Amino acid sequence: MAKKTLTYEFVKGIWRENAVIKMLLGMCPALAVTNSASNGLAMGLASTFVVAASGLMVSLIRRIVPGGVRIPTYIIIIATFVTLAELFLKAYLPDISKSLGPYIPLIIVNCMIMGRAEFFASKHPVTPAVVDALGTGIGFTWVLVVLGAIREVLGSGSIFGFAFLGEKIFTPWVVMVLPAGAFLSLGLMIGVINYFTLRKRRAA
Amino acid sequence: MDSMIQIMLIFISAAVVNNFVLAYFLGICPFLGVSKKTDTALNMGFATTFVMVLTAAISWLINNLILLKYNLPFLQNVTYIITIASLVQLVELFVRKSSPSLYRSLGIFLPLIVTNCAILGLALFSALREYTFVQSLFFGLGAGVGFTLALVIMAGIREELEFADVPESLKGAPITLLVAGMLALAFMGFAGLISA
Repeated sequence: MAKKTLTYEFVKGIWRENAVIKMLLGMCPALAVTNSASNGLAMGLASTFVVAASGLMVSLIRRIVPGGVRIPTYIIIIATFVTLAELFLKAYLPDISKSLGPYIPLIIVNCMIMGRAEFFASKHPVTPAVVDALGTGIGFTWVLVVLGAIREVLGSGSIFGFAFLGEKIFTPWVVMVLPAGAFLSLGLMIGVINYFTLRKRRAA
Repeated sequence: MDSMIQIMLIFISAAVVNNFVLAYFLGICPFLGVSKKTDTALNMGFATTFVMVLTAAISWLINNLILLKYNLPFLQNVTYIITIASLVQLVELFVRKSSPSLYRSLGIFLPLIVTNCAILGLALFSALREYTFVQSLFFGLGAGVGFTLALVIMAGIREELEFADVPESLKGAPITLLVAGMLALAFMGFAGLISA
């Protein structure tokens, strides 16, 4: 029984309660860093680390922290892990760190992470809290990678930096890697997902 | 004279050319959440601008007088977020005591501003670009004006959208994102205004 519940906690963040496409949380990084698939992947993995590590911490101290100061406590925990991730990227992946720039420290104010800490980790023991956070993080990562891939293919004719469409057969849609393309492609992506969800519901 | 022009450029750049919402994707949550009515959008914009200018000033002081002086830039993230959170609390207390009517119109928005990534983004960007004190003040003011502008335009469009026949699967967030995309396209027209 316990195992089944854990699987449920893990899977729900990936699709049914996906942070970006269903709950509309964490929109800023989802729009800002998805001009290429690899940027999306890096941001997704960094956020997954932060949400899992802060979920673990918040769940460990959930009985010690008084209710009145819990939000500031969570923010400081999250900010600490974000700083760890930022220093790690700066040291080992300087290119990625440079292209993501201030959006790495901005993970602190990603409402998805605060949401998991406040609504889940602070009320559950360690294992489900971490599993839930990992599910949420993976759900966030795949949306970012897919969105980044769509924008990279249409906007620069390449994927993960590998140019498979030559200049001759395909003129890149520059607008897709610009801010406007981010809004348009995420809007259409959510729209298409809604369309199929609605159709399935009607058929059922 | 030269610095005067530079300050103007920073202000205009933050307000329209590199608009915080439409070019840097900062403050998307209130942009999507609080942009249903023009007057609430305007109030939210004013409250945010006010906090932005204060944050710009205080984060500059902390960064240059404490963090850089004692070689502690790795504490930037933690310090900034605590500063912003306590600043917003102070502003809320102050406004409640000094001007109850202003508090009634801004009140509910103030706590929301803490989690507005535009505020933290502002502090981080002005530290990254090594602005002087006056420059970061105007950067904050410009960013606030730009945020208000985007929010009010968006609210105006959404009021009209109420009467439009939107396909069912695009209702809510998707159509808002599409409209924001078109706004971003329109704002790209300002790009020629300043050549870096």
